[in-house]
Amino acid sequence: MDVLNVEYMLGLVPVLLRYLPLTLQLAGIGMVLALILACLFAVVRVLRIPVLNQLTIVFISFFRGTPLLVQLFLFYYGLPQLFSALTVIDGITATIMGLTMHFSAYMAESIRAAIVGVDRSQTEAALSIGMTNGQLMRRVVLPQATRVALPTLMNYFIDMIKATSLAFTLGVTELMGATQKEAAGSFLYFEAFIVAAIMYWIVVELLSKLQNYLETRLNKAYNR
Amino acid sequence: MIKLSSLSKHFGETVVLDEIDLAIEEGEIVVIIGPSGTGKSTLLRCINFLEQPTAGTMTVGDLTVDVNRASRADILSMRRRTAFVFQNYALFANKTALQNIAERLLVVDKWPKEKAYQRAREILDQIGLADKADAYPASMSGGQQQRVGIGRAMAAGADVILFDEPTSSLDPEWVEEVLGLMKQLASERQTMMVVTHEMSFARDVADRVIFIDGGHIVEQGPPGDIFHNPKDPRTKAFLKKILATSPV
Repeated sequence: MDVLNVEYMLGLVPVLLRYLPLTLQLAGIGMVLALILACLFAVVRVLRIPVLNQLTIVFISFFRGTPLLVQLFLFYYGLPQLFSALTVIDGITATIMGLTMHFSAYMAESIRAAIVGVDRSQTEAALSIGMTNGQLMRRVVLPQATRVALPTLMNYFIDMIKATSLAFTLGVTELMGATQKEAAGSFLYFEAFIVAAIMYWIVVELLSKLQNYLETRLNKAYNR
Repeated sequence: MIKLSSLSKHFGETVVLDEIDLAIEEGEIVVIIGPSGTGKSTLLRCINFLEQPTAGTMTVGDLTVDVNRASRADILSMRRRTAFVFQNYALFANKTALQNIAERLLVVDKWPKEKAYQRAREILDQIGLADKADAYPASMSGGQQQRVGIGRAMAAGADVILFDEPTSSLDPEWVEEVLGLMKQLASERQTMMVVTHEMSFARDVADRVIFIDGGHIVEQGPPGDIFHNPKDPRTKAFLKKILATSPV
């Protein structure tokens, strides 16, 4: 076994760091959009709104039932073929679309479960003082459902950060794409990818810290 | 001030309330007794629209609604006039005692924050929990939680407070403090409808005791008459059974 080229690895750090912001942007925008979509789906499912409920079920089934990579290729290569207006979709947009829809399907189910899990008598109490359904959701149900759903949602966020690496297959030069290019130039594949791996790892570790902090805060009301 | 006319509630084929007629004066303390599953709680829940009544009309204060024609606005309006105290307290678990009481003032009545919290603190004082303002329900005893539940109902400034077996979930050691608070409210002539199995409360506090069985008002009158001189055989049988276990 050859020794690791540590000097190369250290030199690669600042190079790859330039591409980390794009990775974080893909995941960050994807997460915000996926959360919004997932909340809408969850509310549609909980309230069983006719038609929308059925559509949501099919949507969730499809985006949970097919690989993310297939979905990305559908958005990037497939849609422009059907609708020429969609050729404007670039790799970044297609990645965000794919991440949003794929992960919203998963998150909708855990948000739905969390909403259903909120003590029914508190819902009645909120109605009994004259709250509207919207006020009930905003003030009583969603804050408590958030606490229940947080650990799983953070898991999906972590998964999404790593899933952004698939964007390189659509020609997006994010952390994974950049690493691929650097490695192909230097032939030091192990060094390049271990640096990338450590970068993903550190980001995820920082997120886990954030998760712990948020959980402690949200659990404040429930400590005896 | 409260008037129910031919109020009915059916669950499918089952008739839980059968054309109830009832009028309650302002400041009157009414205690509703009767066997389990005879529609006592359903009656209270219908008045607050937690259950949609099947037929009839209800008047609370200056609002009269035909239950089948009640708009969403009517239902909200009726709920705002009738405050509810739940058997299992049903406090908002994500809010402190103070916030539980202020919630209605802030969100429903749209009071400014400062005014709402000031009022909520006054109520905490009245219910003897000023020191628990920032405590969450999980850290309070059952008795304390139910007092906050009553405080939340008091904040509403409602025409009537509906108590649905307010002491039934409590450990015996907490029952007295909750009944004590209810007596205090009664002495201030807060209009109350109380479903309870606490016969001594009914005897000491009620202006009128109503015995419900099978979805009907079987008998009603001052507590002395009901407890010592019941007319209907069903009332007699019920009182005999319940007074054997908890004498008045």
